[in-house]
Amino acid sequence: MNEHHITLPEGSIEKHTTTLNLGPTHPATHGVFQNIMELDGERVVSSEQTVGYIHRAFEKIAERRPLYQITPLTDRLNYCSSPINNMGWHLTCEKLLGVKTPKRVDYLRVIIMELSRIADHLICNSIVGVDSGAFTGFLYVMQYRELIYEIFEEVCGSRLTTNIGRIGGFERNFSNTAFTKLEKFLKEYPVALGELESLLKRNRIFMDRTIGGGPISAERALNYGFTGPNLRAAGVDYDVRVHSPYSSYEDFEFTIPVGTTGDNYDRFLVRQEEMWQSMHIIKQAYQKIQEFKGEEAEVYHANVPEYYLPKKEDVYTKMEALIWHFKIIMGEVDMPKGEVYHSVEGGNGELGFYLISDGGRSPFRLHFRRPCFIYYQAYPEMVKGSMLSDAILTMSSLNLIAGEMDA
Amino acid sequence: MAITNEYIQQNLTEKFGDAVYNFEENYGMLSFETLKENNLKVMQFLHDEPTLGFKFLTDLCGVNYPDNKDRELAVVYHLHNLQENVRIRFKVFTSVAHPDVFTASKLYAAADWMERETYDFFGVNFVGHSNLKRILNVDEMDYFPLRKEYPLEDQTRIDKDDEMFGRG
Repeated sequence: MNEHHITLPEGSIEKHTTTLNLGPTHPATHGVFQNIMELDGERVVSSEQTVGYIHRAFEKIAERRPLYQITPLTDRLNYCSSPINNMGWHLTCEKLLGVKTPKRVDYLRVIIMELSRIADHLICNSIVGVDSGAFTGFLYVMQYRELIYEIFEEVCGSRLTTNIGRIGGFERNFSNTAFTKLEKFLKEYPVALGELESLLKRNRIFMDRTIGGGPISAERALNYGFTGPNLRAAGVDYDVRVHSPYSSYEDFEFTIPVGTTGDNYDRFLVRQEEMWQSMHIIKQAYQKIQEFKGEEAEVYHANVPEYYLPKKEDVYTKMEALIWHFKIIMGEVDMPKGEVYHSVEGGNGELGFYLISDGGRSPFRLHFRRPCFIYYQAYPEMVKGSMLSDAILTMSSLNLIAGEMDA
Repeated sequence: MAITNEYIQQNLTEKFGDAVYNFEENYGMLSFETLKENNLKVMQFLHDEPTLGFKFLTDLCGVNYPDNKDRELAVVYHLHNLQENVRIRFKVFTSVAHPDVFTASKLYAAADWMERETYDFFGVNFVGHSNLKRILNVDEMDYFPLRKEYPLEDQTRIDKDDEMFGRG
């Protein structure tokens, strides 16, 4: 025995697989996820996910907060499309309170929600490009996310965690700048989206990388509780906007794209087509808004003085408005008793809010149905037997958002 | 023909009799209760019966009612028939002393993590679950944080060492 002899740990010869700790902080996972993978060479034998690294106990916090103070919590679920979360929450409150919103408010909401859907999908799709080795497309579309954020900024004053809107509508009417920026977006974004599409859609390398990677059958996807683009890529045409229309989605013409195999390529195509459809919806909504004339064209909230915050000018100058502002902010208005489940089509699928009110000022129990959390369970099944690099691609094409998963 | 809430209620009472009760309709959604021994039977019936076909588990979560004696914990299921587009909700109640409920994860794979989450936050013991351990909280935690007996931290407390966060 010479001095170069290496003593191997006991049992190491018998173990033929390598254990790889992917995450919690790894540049390829786009978020705080940990995956403990057993690899045979480059093939994934099994994987086990650990979630909860950014768990912030929103459901517990919400039990002590009045309605308006819960909106900022929903921002931080799927932070790529916060306005959908905000509006989903406001729609849930409106359902509980029995508030009926005017048509113009619905259409304005639809514009904002579809813009955020585009922002959400363009990130996901361009990141799929980046992870498969094509960085350029990401840069093409990224500047239009900036433009979307500028529109949000114009409407509500913030960009990423928007806290947009109020129960019954918006905090202020859309300014002319907002509409000008929207027109600019409608005109220019199709070009950039077309560029992204022509870079990747029929690209031999991209197709070889994505076709057949991370597939799931429609049956398994349903059993795993998939919703949103990931379910539609597997071939099920379930969309909350069509099945249970909210915010007047029934007034719009649009198609629901479906895939067949539920693999990475189908998910890419479904998201891509959904962006085109969202553009189509926004155009219709914008047209409908322009048809309002006179007083109707100025409506931006429903008449619900108990829950809609009074104007800031009035709060500073009038006693009555100041009192109401205080009462609403401090949550001194009791909610009606009841149990509501309301869901909206979020960026990743059915985002549900299950609210139990016991008649107090804050919810008795609030549960978020987070689509990400539910479909991430299928990940080991989807990547079993595939290459490690395809497993990474599957993770990004599922559009996993840590904030939504961990609530 | 779209199935109605009355039709579902009628089917359930025919099959289970008194074991399903407290039918109500909240904001258009049929809601009922069943005994905790029956949760799997009811779910299987709703899943398999061709005219009902609730093949999609939308949501599963827990609720804590500390004042209900021997019914402190509830597990709430939201099911969805995607073809007819009908949703229903049903609940089972259990006592906090013996929080055993049968697992739905064999019927719906989606229930796996949702049950782990419910166990993590409420301590509901899902009998038959293959991997029932904490999911969002740390494994060392020795309480169930969403039960009402655990208050949120007092925001005015001053004994906490915040030096690491620049507020010392």
